[in-house]
Amino acid sequence: MINMLNGKWRSGPKSSLLNTILLVTSFAIVLVLSVLTDSQPAYALPLHTGNVRAIPAFARKYGLPCSACHTAWPELNNFGQTFRDNGYQLNNDHDSPIYQDPGYFPISFRTTPNWHREGVNNQLIDAVPGVPGDPATGEGMVNGRVTTHGFDLSGFDLWSAGTLYKNISFTVLPAIESSGALHFEAAFIRFDNLLKSRWLNLKLGKFELDNMLSEKRFLFLSKNGGSYQSYHFVPTGELSNAFGLGDNQLGVELSGHSVNSYTRYGVALLSSNDGSPELPTSRSYDTYLTFSQAFPVGKLGLQRLGGFAYLGQRPTIALTAAGVAFPGAGYGNKSFYRAGFSGDFNIGKLQILPFFLHGYESAFLGTNTPANAALPDGAMAPTWNAGFVETHLHLSPQFVFTNRFELIRMSRQALPETPLNTGNIDAYTVGYRWYPIMFSRAGIAFHNEYSIIKTQGAGVGATPFVDPPTAVWSNSVHAGFDIAF
Amino acid sequence: MRLKNALIAMVVLLASGATVSFAQESHIGNIQGRASAGKGLYRRYCVGCHGPEGDGSGENAAWVDPKPRDFTAATFKCRSTPSGTLPTDQDIFDAITRGFVNTSMPAWRPLTNQNRADLVAYVKGFSAKWKGAAPGAPIAIPAEPPVKVEGILHGRELFQKMECWKCHGPEGHGNGPAAATLTDSKDNPIRPYNFAMGSRFKCGVTNEDLYRIFMTGLDGTPMPSFSDVLKPADAWDLVHFLRTLQPMQTKEAEVWKQWQTTQPAQAKQLKPIGPDQGSVQGAMNAQ
Repeated sequence: MINMLNGKWRSGPKSSLLNTILLVTSFAIVLVLSVLTDSQPAYALPLHTGNVRAIPAFARKYGLPCSACHTAWPELNNFGQTFRDNGYQLNNDHDSPIYQDPGYFPISFRTTPNWHREGVNNQLIDAVPGVPGDPATGEGMVNGRVTTHGFDLSGFDLWSAGTLYKNISFTVLPAIESSGALHFEAAFIRFDNLLKSRWLNLKLGKFELDNMLSEKRFLFLSKNGGSYQSYHFVPTGELSNAFGLGDNQLGVELSGHSVNSYTRYGVALLSSNDGSPELPTSRSYDTYLTFSQAFPVGKLGLQRLGGFAYLGQRPTIALTAAGVAFPGAGYGNKSFYRAGFSGDFNIGKLQILPFFLHGYESAFLGTNTPANAALPDGAMAPTWNAGFVETHLHLSPQFVFTNRFELIRMSRQALPETPLNTGNIDAYTVGYRWYPIMFSRAGIAFHNEYSIIKTQGAGVGATPFVDPPTAVWSNSVHAGFDIAF
Repeated sequence: MRLKNALIAMVVLLASGATVSFAQESHIGNIQGRASAGKGLYRRYCVGCHGPEGDGSGENAAWVDPKPRDFTAATFKCRSTPSGTLPTDQDIFDAITRGFVNTSMPAWRPLTNQNRADLVAYVKGFSAKWKGAAPGAPIAIPAEPPVKVEGILHGRELFQKMECWKCHGPEGHGNGPAAATLTDSKDNPIRPYNFAMGSRFKCGVTNEDLYRIFMTGLDGTPMPSFSDVLKPADAWDLVHFLRTLQPMQTKEAEVWKQWQTTQPAQAKQLKPIGPDQGSVQGAMNAQ
């Protein structure tokens, strides 16, 4: 913490005052937004909360401040991206653990104690609390709103990552959810610079897809805003494909990059189980292809443009014995894909991140029809377009304003009777992160965020089972301390 | 009157200081670096080691070995300019781009050229020397002669004769008898370069870079400039010999190995480098 710990930074006092003003103002704005929208609370989508990544163990290992690798942690800047692409190596011939102080251990942890509020409207609730209504007919049930708030925890990441030897890197990331359940969010080994070429790196295990706009390293934490809707969307009613572009996947990835990571590519072969271990459903494979190119534009900074394509398949039939499915033995695979492009454009302190995705699902997946059965009349492969524009205003390495506007629009429904706008999403998130300390040992961020989502056709009408489905509005307010050590 | 003069002097001093701090520029080819833009970058990337005042006393300095550069002294290891002179903007730019092998200073190549040029401009603002003196003129580097075993043998002789081995060790492992006693200009212990460690030198990777190190010296370290005692041809011979010490396939190593294989008797006559071994002229005369 340059200005607060030692006061040596030349513009320290001014920056401190500016940060305080921004903090107070921003907090007020977010609170006002949450109050104003109280009349339109909504539906909390069942998406996982953001699992934000930053690794202070690397800062400790190399003595660099968080800001060297992160625009605002956990989001990587190009130096951090290059470090990651090099297999967590600076390539100064001091990367292997043999050069480290024996007392050094590559472990980081992160948690976020917070207060949050969630609101959702157009929900089916009992007309008289405690007197069960009938959700099949709607009898005894009314359209209602649900609001919750209180102090909470985000869960706990215990992340070990680093180098086993020169050009052999690893990650092990057991994540403990706030409920206490534990799962392995990531675990992989990576062989770097194969054949002495930075264009050949092989990773094996469970890892984040090489998304140019990482959902694991983004700057949003609230229940609504803590996920890219575009990354996890599947058409309404579809049950046979839970794929998420933001979900860590199991497989093998070949990747490469130029010396400064301006040019990057990745090709991954992945199990068709959306990252779930023990092969729960499928025995087929997906492919993920990414490419991006950065180019410096004078005083504006580095600009990057990239494309991606995920080509997958999911079983529609389960192999069973006495009606019980064998795990990992599904067949009758049907295809789906996601393809699009993303950007990372910089105009001085302003960072603009556009994203576009086109999604396609087989009509069998879209209608939950086994491959050996006839499709419903008029069934078609559902398609949609999704995208967002995210902006970050990096006022300093210790303060960033965030903002994201996201849209998803169905372009074709699986069934002709489904209104075209069913499932459409409008989402808006605004917030800021303030890093009161910024040095090479640990990190704290005060995070404040407001997010609102409208999901078309997902809520009950004013009179359940009489009026047509309506939109659901959900909103989140999140304020907490993001701690990484 | 005295008070008035003092106030005027103070105003002038502050004004000139402010001007230097914010009007400092750098020129890297067609790119013009601005200290005002470099300030934010310095804060983001450099301040942890080099400190807010550029004096090498950042919060990590205590844990960094070798110690971070003190920009207020304006003493730079890697220069194209003669010993004791200021480096060119390009020299500082190259150092930022390349980083320093076996130190905590990484290669900042992922930053844009403009970013690095801005950093150069800002770094220059830490020392008043940049106000009063111009960078030295880059030394001339003559064309590299072809690699021949005679040159390598001569370079080996120079390595012995000029007592390079005393710091760098008889086999270039950085373990000479004087190695443990070396300190830099700030009295911090410093290790001589170990040629057996890898392919990169402190100030580059090419033969030309190595030549330049001999002739400019590494200011602030015990490595002197040999421009007054080495002729260009001698320096190139030394370069070619030092290349044979590296654990990699080089043209020099190939020539050297071939000579050792085809002329084993003469190779055996070579006395080991080190104290009291004298000249290897005998081996050279045997050619």
